[in-house]
Parts: sequence; structure tokens; C-alpha cells
Amino acid sequence: MPLNIEEIRTMFPVLHQEVNGKPLIYFDNAATTQKPQSVLDALTAYYEHDNSNIHRGAHTLADRATRYYEETRDGVKNFINANESAEVIFTKGTTESINLVASSFGRKFITKGDEIIISTLEHHSNIVPWQMLCEEKEAILKIIPINDKGEILLEEFENLLSDKTKFVSIVHVSNALGTINPVKEIIKKAHQVGAKVLLDGAQSTNHLDIDVQDLDCDFLAFSAHKLYGPTGLGILYGKRSLLEIMPPYQGGGEMIKEVTFAKTTYNEIPFKFEAGTPNIADVIAFQKALDFISFIGKSNIKKHEDELLDHANETFGQIKGFVPVGTASEKVSVVSFNINGMHPFDVGVMLDANGIAVRTGHHCTQPLMQRLGLEGTVRASFSVYNTKSEIDQMAVSLAKIAKIKNK
Amino acid sequence: MSSIQDIQNEIIEEFEILGDDKESTIYYIMELGSQLPKFPEEERVDENIIKGCQSKVWLTTRGDGDRIQYLADSNTDITKGLISLLIRVLSGRTPQEILKADLDFIDKIGMGNIIGSQRSNGLSAMIKQMKLYALAYQAKQNV
Repeated sequence: MPLNIEEIRTMFPVLHQEVNGKPLIYFDNAATTQKPQSVLDALTAYYEHDNSNIHRGAHTLADRATRYYEETRDGVKNFINANESAEVIFTKGTTESINLVASSFGRKFITKGDEIIISTLEHHSNIVPWQMLCEEKEAILKIIPINDKGEILLEEFENLLSDKTKFVSIVHVSNALGTINPVKEIIKKAHQVGAKVLLDGAQSTNHLDIDVQDLDCDFLAFSAHKLYGPTGLGILYGKRSLLEIMPPYQGGGEMIKEVTFAKTTYNEIPFKFEAGTPNIADVIAFQKALDFISFIGKSNIKKHEDELLDHANETFGQIKGFVPVGTASEKVSVVSFNINGMHPFDVGVMLDANGIAVRTGHHCTQPLMQRLGLEGTVRASFSVYNTKSEIDQMAVSLAKIAKIKNK
Repeated sequence: MSSIQDIQNEIIEEFEILGDDKESTIYYIMELGSQLPKFPEEERVDENIIKGCQSKVWLTTRGDGDRIQYLADSNTDITKGLISLLIRVLSGRTPQEILKADLDFIDKIGMGNIIGSQRSNGLSAMIKQMKLYALAYQAKQNV
């Protein structure tokens, strides 16, 4: 049965407003998705009824907050099919999750001359932590090239692999282009040379079914706010065998077993990696976002988003001057493009004047833009609450804008 | 020649006619940008770039007696239009006039709403650079 999008839209209060005198069309979902009412209610309810610091509290509220907090950990475990909840660590975002691995695993296990592989498609947050690590350890960063469609060249990846390869950190879905990478194959090949693999799942977890055991990734990093959840909350999944041998990322409360001035012993996972009071309210509310996804059904979401993508490619493709950027055969619902003769910023501002929210610029992927020979793109990214009619309206605005330079 | 304040008032009136229609305002700004005199290619060098968030601006000057002529360009049409407004207000003035100019038209025409607060920083950088040039000219005149 097709989804009732109108009904889904009623769950998202932010969608029902005018921007610059026009009904809001929100096509910036790859930057962050909107939040359903249930998530907003859970945030308020937590502060109204349960606010308390978790773990170690002897009182009822602390116990309740702890229970809810840990229930979300179980929810995330199920969402990605981890082996156990202790393999789920809460961070403040994908960026922190990657930094945690680069800093903790990287500093302990990467040594001089080791090689780390990333791809041309990476977001800056999956480039810079590895550059910093390589600089500190005198390790070498290798980059998998792409073709002009924005697809990773698997053969080139295989050529980069050797017994020197210690780590592969790869984006699952490109934020700038929407390309879905063949990560299962990449992980398998990396494991064959003994390298560990981190998947940057910031842009994949909301579109694709994720099964970390089937993928066999060693780490997975993603953010709640791109999954209809609150901002300021990220997840790091890691295999128990690795998390246990990794040193703590930060020191403080929560992460210790015993502290004396002579020596501190560390807590078990996941608490070893959650120093200080965590983001309790957002963690608890995130469960409602996961509930929303399972209520709608990931495959239903994907099907709807794929239809939107096809519709957008078709309608935008007819506009004179429209130049798609990133035409991989496997993509999520992201349309990156330029208009001939126009700067993406100008296009974005003019779309905004029509109530349409898109992202413009380099999308924190400057090396990718350099590879494509572009300064940036305009990116429209669709979510479950978007409609074909919104895409049609954007096509009308875009055609008018494109006409300025494409008569 | 009209004073800096006169020109600013003129611009404010023009934008008042456009009203709250953001789309028409943007088209108008882009139209203004397209009328900027051509930027000298030999001046399109890194030293003349003022970096904003997404757009690049090139700015240079020519001395004209005791006055400064500004020449500028941008890779985005909207930014180019905004620059043309600054040039209209400040170009052909003495360093002293430029340095004490209070550019209140920027707020009054709602520039922040038009380009977004994130890009207003780029505009501030542009104004700062124009005033720095004025300061340098003033220092030269006083030698």
C-alpha cells in the first residue's frame, strides 16, 4: 500500500509554515531532517517528568531516566542489528564518532608507515581526523579515486590495498552526490589484508537497511538528527573485541571503575567511552524517531524517496541549463546540480525567495568538488514527507531562474 | 555631488518601492550588479580577493586626485549587486568621508534578510577592506 504522505506530513509541525510568502518546501534533508511531534513531545516530557542524572542515582527519577536512556541504546542496537547493546556508544554526532575512533583506535594501533585509505567522496569530517592522525604518527593517507559519475573505482581501491593498509574509513552514501558505495565488497576486501573498516553512515542510515553484522564493518558512525531525531546526538557502533582493547577517548565521570590518585581503572564498554553527563534528553527522545521509522517502514520510506528521485531527475532534466552532478547508478534521494552560467549561491537564494530550502556550496567536500572541477553545487535532498507536487513547484521556480542565463 | 547620506537615502527609497517581495528584490540586485563596470583582468589576483562563505569578491582601487575609485567583481551575481551598492555609496569620495561613513542603508534595506545572516559577514569584510584602503590613502596624503 502506498504511504499516506499527507498524513505523515501532519506529524511534522515545522512543515506547516510560509517562507517568504510561499508555503515552505523543505529539500535540505541531507543536512538535517525535520522532527516528528512524537520526538518533540518526548523531549518536553523528559524535562517535565523524568529529568534526572542517569546511572548511580538512588532515587526513582534517576532510575526512570536511566531505564529510558538504556532503552534507546537497545533500540539503536536493533536498528543496526548490532550483536549487543554495549557495542552502541552515544556521542555528539558523526564527526565525534569518527574522531573517537581516529583518536582512540588510531593513536594506539597506527604506527609510522602504516596506510589509511579513504575515498574522494568523503565529507571533511572523514578526512581531517585521519589527516591529523597521519601527521602525528607519520602514517600515509591514500585516496580511492572516482569516475565522472561520482562512483568509487573498486579496482583502484584493490590496487591501494596492501599489508601496509591498517584502516579504511569510507562513506556509505555520499552527502554531496547521493552515491551509494559498494561497502560490503570494500569491507570484505579490506579485511582480507587485515585492515579495520569504519563506515560513515551519516547519509545512509536514514535511507538504507543497515545490518552491521551482515556488512561486517568494524565501526559505524551516524547522527540522530539526520534520522528524524534531535541534534547533538551521534552514535558509534564498534565491535566489542575492538572497543575493549581501545583506550578511553576522554577522561571524566561515568567512564571510570575506580579512581585513586595513584591509578584509575576504566569502566566497561559502552560507559568507558561516555565520559561526563551524556545528552540524556536527546537520547531518550531519539527512541521516538526510531519508532517513527519502524512505524512507517524503512522499505516504504526508501520506495517513496526513490520515486521522488526519479520524478526530480525527470522534471528537472527538462529544464534548459540544468546540469546534474553525480549520476551514479546506485543513489539515494539526492539531486546535486548546477545551472549553466549561474553560481549555486545565486540559485539557492532565488529558490529561498520561493520558499524552497536547498543547500548550496561545496557541502564540506572540497576535495570532491576539486575532482569534479566545480566550485560547488545546488543540492536538493528528499525525505519521506516530501511530495511530487513539491518537486513540480521547484521545477517551475528553477525553470524561471535558469532562464536568466539560458534563454 | 550628493552626500553619502543622500545616496544612502536614495537606495533606501528604491528598496522601499520593491517592498517585501524578496524575489523582485533579488532580481533588482542582480540587475544592479550587471551594470558594474568591467573589472580589470590584470587585477583578478589572489591578493585582491576577499573571501566570503560561498562567494569570492575581488576589490581594488584607483586614486583620483584626493578621491578613491573602487573597482570590484564577484563570482556570484547577487554579491556583485550588493557590491555595486557599496561602490555607489563610497566610490569617488575622499578617504575622510569614507572612514567616517555610517552605512546604515545596509540594515534599512534589510540586507541581512536578503542574503542571510551567514553571508552578512562577507559583506562586513568587504566594507572593512574598503575602509582599510581609505585609511591607507589617508596615510599617504598625510606624508
